[in-house]
Amino acid sequence: MTALFEARGVTKRFGGLTAVASVDFALDAGIASIIGPNGAGKTTLFNVFTGLYGADEGSVTFRGRPLLGLRPDQITALGICRTFQNIRLFANMTAIENVLVGMHARVPLGLWDVLSHRGRFRETEAGLAVRAAALLQRVGLHASVNDVARNLPYGDQRRLELGRALASEPSLLLLDEPTAGMTQGEAGALMQLLRGLVADLGLAIILIEHNMRVVMEVSDRVTVLDHGEKIAEGRPREVQSNARVIQAYLGTRGPARRREDRAQR
Amino acid sequence: MIQGVLAVGLVGLSAWAVATFPRSVLVFLLFQGSLLFVYLARIPAWLRAALLAVALLVLMPVIGYYNGYYLEVATQVGIFVALALGLNIVVGLAGLLDLGYVAFFAVGAYSWAIFGSPHANLIFGGSAFPLGSWWFFAFLFVGLFVAAGTGVLLGLPVLRLRGDYLAIVTLGFGEVIRVLANNLDKPINITNGPKGITPITRPPVPFGLAYSEASYFIVLLIVIAVILVNRRLEDSHIGRAWEAIREDELAAQAMGVPLVRAKLLAFACGASFAGVMGVVFSAKQVFINPESFTFLESIGVLAMVILGGMGSIPGAVLGATVVTVLNLQVLKGFSLWLNELKNAGVAVFGYSLANLPTQLEPAKYERMIFGIILILMMIFRPQGIFPVRRRARELAHLEKA
Repeated sequence: MTALFEARGVTKRFGGLTAVASVDFALDAGIASIIGPNGAGKTTLFNVFTGLYGADEGSVTFRGRPLLGLRPDQITALGICRTFQNIRLFANMTAIENVLVGMHARVPLGLWDVLSHRGRFRETEAGLAVRAAALLQRVGLHASVNDVARNLPYGDQRRLELGRALASEPSLLLLDEPTAGMTQGEAGALMQLLRGLVADLGLAIILIEHNMRVVMEVSDRVTVLDHGEKIAEGRPREVQSNARVIQAYLGTRGPARRREDRAQR
Repeated sequence: MIQGVLAVGLVGLSAWAVATFPRSVLVFLLFQGSLLFVYLARIPAWLRAALLAVALLVLMPVIGYYNGYYLEVATQVGIFVALALGLNIVVGLAGLLDLGYVAFFAVGAYSWAIFGSPHANLIFGGSAFPLGSWWFFAFLFVGLFVAAGTGVLLGLPVLRLRGDYLAIVTLGFGEVIRVLANNLDKPINITNGPKGITPITRPPVPFGLAYSEASYFIVLLIVIAVILVNRRLEDSHIGRAWEAIREDELAAQAMGVPLVRAKLLAFACGASFAGVMGVVFSAKQVFINPESFTFLESIGVLAMVILGGMGSIPGAVLGATVVTVLNLQVLKGFSLWLNELKNAGVAVFGYSLANLPTQLEPAKYERMIFGIILILMMIFRPQGIFPVRRRARELAHLEKA
């Protein structure tokens, strides 16, 4: 059986630098996390998955359909949506307008419907607004519906990005460090929200995350990248005790390192 | 309530002033001010619509009957309002800086100029042209589609460009169109080069109206249509997609906005308004040549959009009005007044103005004063006169939840 989402041998190079080296990844349901030190290639992998970058080698399929070569908006229309590591909201638009833009791929109206303002247009617009409001409520922003995105507090901006991504009715959600800058409590609440989404909507989620407590709590599976390569994969517990993972995160205490230490003293 | 009374009073006052001093510049400015007040006052929508209708459909033609020049000013204002609204879509909403906008105006103008004058006989032979005056209305649509097509043509190669780069390319495009108009008189004479095309057929005038009055009403009708189309676009998923592109192109695409289609649509919509007005312009002027479509015109329209407030429909309307009235009336009037003082030999602090050297001729300051006003605006109110107000959505059911 083919997985919902499957990447095989994905390689991405920038000039001489191999940012992602022949990574395999598959996900059927639930929450999978991708972790790794800074510069490991996690975000690059997301950018390849969502069509922002082309891949040099490999294949990516979603429900058996090849994704490589498609534009980002086409991939979103197929049911994959994402958030960004450095928040990329539409800063001068209100919260609800941000969410409404997220619905763009699902608006069944053409230019003529808009210009003629037929009943169909009004009904659809009203429906979109109601749905957008419901989504904002789901991510806990019901009090900020008409606030301009730029003026929202940091945590709310992250939640709004999540709401905007959900607006495109994805079946696979890619979240790039959604808890960055949040307190442990806020992060916990967000994870509960994600769990709820998986349970209620049958969403599959890929998570890039640095907050290890969050990762270990919420993930069904964890993939570890280092220098563009996949070095480990498995259940959170297995990965946690993996020697290569520990080495990647903490480094080794080899002879070279010891000499440096002495020099510093 | 008080504002309602004030609004009615102000329109009434300007009506009385128009009847009493139909030729006064100040009366005309009072009239314009009353329109602005009616727009801004907190009065019921029906009252606002009624007052605006009375002012624009009755008072303005009456003013024009006594002083044809003011009607000409009003018509010009209307033309520039439509241009500013078109450019507002491209620059204000979609954030694509276009410095060659007047090219679309030229394309529309030439499309009617060529077929609405005997000139087309030179191209096709025979003597079938000029087309009859009723064809003018068909050519409003021809101008619209030709300009929209030109907009797409411009859009295709510049899709990957942003900001400064896009501005330079569009600037070049505007010049290309003007140079083409200048040089397409051989081998086949399409535009008649720098000599221009004349006489261009005017639309038929009903009910024995003066032509200038008919022209005013046509422009008014088109402006109303343009405002309506603009508002509908802005309040739809299309307008939101444009704004999203302006805010963050990459994020917009990742959220499902097809960049190519959305940008081309913005270029086409913006261009189409200019195309329609180009047709009206060429019929109104009877004569056009490439000099009417210089870079300075593009910059002028851009100044209107920025002065009014980028992305804001009332802003574009007001910006176009202020700039046009400033250029055609206030600054000219100021020049004339100073000249009169000079000729009358009035002395200021014992210095006779008659001795003023010709280099200091007031008429030469018009542009400078306009420039200073722009600079002051950008320093003290960079967001424009009427900046965009985000629409707050009423979602009653949400409050309960």
